Amino acid sequence: MQSATQHLSWTKPLTPPAVVLPLKTGIITGLLAIYSAAVGILKLFFERDVIVDTLTLGDLFLATLAACCGAYVWRKSTQAGHIRAAQAFAAGLIAGLILVGLVVAVTQLNLRWMFTALSADLSRTLTYKQGALAGSLMIIAASMSAALCGALLMSMSDSLRRSLLWSMACVLIAGVFQELIQISLRFGGAVAAIRELLYVWGGLTVQGAAIVFFFAFVVLQALDARKRRGAATTLKSPAPKARSQLASALLLIAVLIAFPLVAGSYIGQVMMLVSLFVLMGMGLNIEVGLAGLLDMGFVAFFAVGAYTIALLTADSEYALAQDTFLPSLNFWSALPFAVLAATLVGVLFGLPVLSVKGDYLAVATLGLGEIVRVLVISDAAKPVLGGAQGILQIPKPHIGSFELADPVSLFYLTLVFVLVAAYIAWRLEGSRLGRAWMAIRDDEDVAQALGINLVQSKLLAYGLGAAFAGLAGAIFATMLTSVYPHSFSLLISINVLALLIVGGMGSLPGVIVGAILLIGLPEVLREFDEYRYLFYGALLIVVMRVRPEGLWPSPQRKRELRAAEKG
Amino acid sequence: MMTATNVLPERRARWRISFSAATSWVLRISIALILVAGVVGSILKDRYSADQWFDLVAFGITIGSVYALIALGYTMVYGVLRLINFAHGDIMMAGSFAGFFIAASMERSGFLDQHPVLAFAAMLAVAMLVSAGIAVLTERFAYRPFRHVRGLAPLICAIGVSFFLQQSFRGFFGAGLRSYPDPVWLRAPVSLFEFNVPAVQVLVVASAIVVMLVLYLIVHKTKMGTAMRAVSEDVETATLMGIDVNRVVTFTFALGGAVGGVAGVFYGLVFKQVYFFMGFTPGIKAFGAAVLGGIGNVPGAMIGGIFLGICESLAPALLLDGLGIPAPYQMRDLIAFTLLIAVLIFRPYGIFGERLAGKRG
Amino acid sequence: MTTPIKAAQRLGETQELAPVLLRTSDLTMRFGGLTALDKVNVDVRRGSIHSVIGPNGAGKTTLFNCIMQANRISSGDIHFASERLVGLTPDKVAAAGIARTYQNIRLFTGITAIENLLVGMHRQLKSHWWEAVINSARCRLDEKKAHEEACEILNFIGLSGRGDMLARNLSYGDQRRLEIGRALCTKPKLLMLDEPTAGMNPREITEMMHFILRIRDVFNLTIVLIEHQMRLVMQVSDTVTVLDHGVKIAEGDPAHVKSHPAVIEAYLGRAAHRQEQPA
Repeated sequence: MQSATQHLSWTKPLTPPAVVLPLKTGIITGLLAIYSAAVGILKLFFERDVIVDTLTLGDLFLATLAACCGAYVWRKSTQAGHIRAAQAFAAGLIAGLILVGLVVAVTQLNLRWMFTALSADLSRTLTYKQGALAGSLMIIAASMSAALCGALLMSMSDSLRRSLLWSMACVLIAGVFQELIQISLRFGGAVAAIRELLYVWGGLTVQGAAIVFFFAFVVLQALDARKRRGAATTLKSPAPKARSQLASALLLIAVLIAFPLVAGSYIGQVMMLVSLFVLMGMGLNIEVGLAGLLDMGFVAFFAVGAYTIALLTADSEYALAQDTFLPSLNFWSALPFAVLAATLVGVLFGLPVLSVKGDYLAVATLGLGEIVRVLVISDAAKPVLGGAQGILQIPKPHIGSFELADPVSLFYLTLVFVLVAAYIAWRLEGSRLGRAWMAIRDDEDVAQALGINLVQSKLLAYGLGAAFAGLAGAIFATMLTSVYPHSFSLLISINVLALLIVGGMGSLPGVIVGAILLIGLPEVLREFDEYRYLFYGALLIVVMRVRPEGLWPSPQRKRELRAAEKG
Repeated sequence: MMTATNVLPERRARWRISFSAATSWVLRISIALILVAGVVGSILKDRYSADQWFDLVAFGITIGSVYALIALGYTMVYGVLRLINFAHGDIMMAGSFAGFFIAASMERSGFLDQHPVLAFAAMLAVAMLVSAGIAVLTERFAYRPFRHVRGLAPLICAIGVSFFLQQSFRGFFGAGLRSYPDPVWLRAPVSLFEFNVPAVQVLVVASAIVVMLVLYLIVHKTKMGTAMRAVSEDVETATLMGIDVNRVVTFTFALGGAVGGVAGVFYGLVFKQVYFFMGFTPGIKAFGAAVLGGIGNVPGAMIGGIFLGICESLAPALLLDGLGIPAPYQMRDLIAFTLLIAVLIFRPYGIFGERLAGKRG
Repeated sequence: MTTPIKAAQRLGETQELAPVLLRTSDLTMRFGGLTALDKVNVDVRRGSIHSVIGPNGAGKTTLFNCIMQANRISSGDIHFASERLVGLTPDKVAAAGIARTYQNIRLFTGITAIENLLVGMHRQLKSHWWEAVINSARCRLDEKKAHEEACEILNFIGLSGRGDMLARNLSYGDQRRLEIGRALCTKPKLLMLDEPTAGMNPREITEMMHFILRIRDVFNLTIVLIEHQMRLVMQVSDTVTVLDHGVKIAEGDPAHVKSHPAVIEAYLGRAAHRQEQPA
């Protein structure tokens, strides 16, 4: 069979021989595994348990890689069933062999001076502490069986596969986020009983994992069955849909209010950060998503907001109240000035680059942002802005006599601002100005020829975007009670841009999804913090390639997709 | 027959100068004023000796030639694909790391001190290979799917690639600084016009000139170079003429990457250190240099790079000191970025006036 | 509906009386060493359909760009109604009452058809951006009126029911008409159409011809038309201007231009012209 294919290959150049596919896939999978080891993230994965003392995230990661490899081979192969299975098996074998090669290389050669992560320790972990030979055989066996499982999954019906995968995902979530879940389940008798059923102090138990898996599986299957029945009978009319949207929005807000109370102050802190970035994301969305002005110096506006608050309210030698006639303000009275200052800087920032377009604009704004940063750090600005040491002792906001000191109350404060900002952004998007922005985004010259004042519209985009960022900066300053120039690096701009793109440009819910995924998740998984920007980089590439409209596209983009599917 | 009576005289006066034009003039005038004030101030202060000025210029030329090498990569890729390869600075960083590891292993065996020429050649060769390899891989896996996509997607993908490379290297080799080997033969001062210059600077400038010459010959005298220029003129026509665009693009990335790798080694030798974020700032600056020389224009990138290097090196002493700014050397990046923005605003098609920039966006 | 010929005749009678709406005087446009337009004088009379024809590269689209002030002209002058256009930005020119379409359709592809029209209405809406935020009465009224008008235009261009489609998903002919509709939304006095029939088959060209006449009559407009389709030009135009290599080589009513030796030469070359002469 195989030789026949090879023989015929010159007549059928589109069908590669049966060996090439598993070979290629296996090699790529093996290289990915080696990459993850060399970059050091695999070691961290191995340190995190999914199921206590039984399954680490590292095992799961490698198994998933091998399973994906098997599944890919199964899907791509055009051979008969049993040959496909053999192909998947072979791909798993190759991937396993490559990993064994890594283990050998790590034990035989000293790679440590070059690759910091490739230690003997890692190879011990990889071989399950069983020694070289037995461990290597185990790796190969595990890789092959995982690949086979992957292939098996692909051969199942869609509904079964979906349920299985989602159930596994549930177990993964229950295992990886065990600390948070355990903290959230700390109240009440019945709730505590559930916790004890699933968890021990260190994490998820085998029994717990099984319960979660079966529970999720049953629920998903039931849902699936109902959906299939439902799809056959009724179609939702649009009016209740709008109402249900409103209801779900209200529900979301209610959950947002209740969640930090339940989950404790650490989660409150995380949610606080997420909402700050949502605020900034909405600002950048005006510039990039609506007006198409790719601004990479966005952090400058954030910094202006923060420094304005610091200069106006701080109890320090740099405060304006110290050496000018200005009185020392509290947070609330300084806030409008912070927003105003950011808006002003936004307009000033936009002025010189009005005529710069497209890619060049990105670089120009990046340069502007860097200039602001260099200026703030420099000795020249030190007498005013405090140099690298920053400005300390910024008071927290008060409502009456109540000080919003803890992260949870600050989160509520931010949430209020986010809601107001979201309303403003939503109103603007559907307005005359919003349409002008979108026209500028699509074709600047035509927009101008239709009577749109480019200068005004662009400056408004910069100014309003900056206002949102300034607001976020102001809250950020009082949250930390201090400002340092190092908090305002280019990475913040990249953060905001990435969350906007991943969530979906031009889409408000997208911003929230993006912020949760890109800001919230790394905060919760603190030990992977080092790999945060690696994750961002990879995510940007993947999202741009696979889903350029983002995870939660705006209704317009969705319409576009639907139309594309139809046509 | 054509009576003018029907066209009425002007009803009301409008602003004949547009707002953007007015802003740009205000900017120009203020930049000019600052320049004049700074230079006059510095000359009046007369704080630096001739030796010091010479050092500054020599250093400027050195770092400028490194910028020029990086700028070449930007310019060639932009010429062919109309893409700002945002990750080019990081490709340079990869070359720097490759050169570092070769040099470090040779230093341990003593080879580095015994055979300077061979060791130097080995460093460059490996750096070129690694950088070219990474550049080709990024093109194949990240940029090729965006070949026909307009708008922001390719640039965003390039930003993603940049971060991915940076952070991968951070994961591989650690977040700390590693110091480049500094053999005796690089430290020895060389006498030049009665001034002493460190050997490394002479070496870097001389080799950069050689690399640029070779590159110029490749672009202008070889078949592949001609194909490259054809593709940057007009992709479709080039395709019709039987040019394999994929091959040309791959070749361009390989060439740009190799030159970037050389730049990486030089940057490491001049600043004596490597770390994962080192590619970012020189990358952005070199992009400015490429635009300054007219993007897509190979000799322009060389001149732009050296010009930028000299500006950056001289400006703190010549300009900022005169304005009475404390610690002007902290502001070196400020000068480079200001120059970058000024170029993007006032001369996006470069000082030689090639209007390539308008073709995209 | 009036037939094209009749419409042309009807206007032909009043042509001498109509005042000049747009005048270019010695309009010159140079790109580096290339002179795209060389001392072009064109008078467009109110209510007329004025065609600009000429071989490829004759400078027709450049003429539009210059009138719109998308390019800064090298020398000469342009007057529209009572206003001097030179030195204005395109949005001010649009405000003065000129709208145009493009040879290669340039719609806002990322937004819907109706939103494209609403962008065209930008100038008509008077409410400020902050009024949209506080949802003021004026803003609501404005938006409502704009939507109604946009729907009317949508009907007029024959796209009713397709308003919510993304512009890029419309058919070619629909895109052409939507682009014209978008230009109409700016309530222009002068509409400049750049090859509205490019890439159309004979039946569609006839439809477009009727459509152009209907626009002129319904909206009471003056139209400047760049066109390659001689049948259409000859039937709808009141005046035809012929450009070749940036120089105006002939002007007059269609019949006059058709038989003008310079025009035949420009289109068919010198040799053809010589062969034509004896016949």
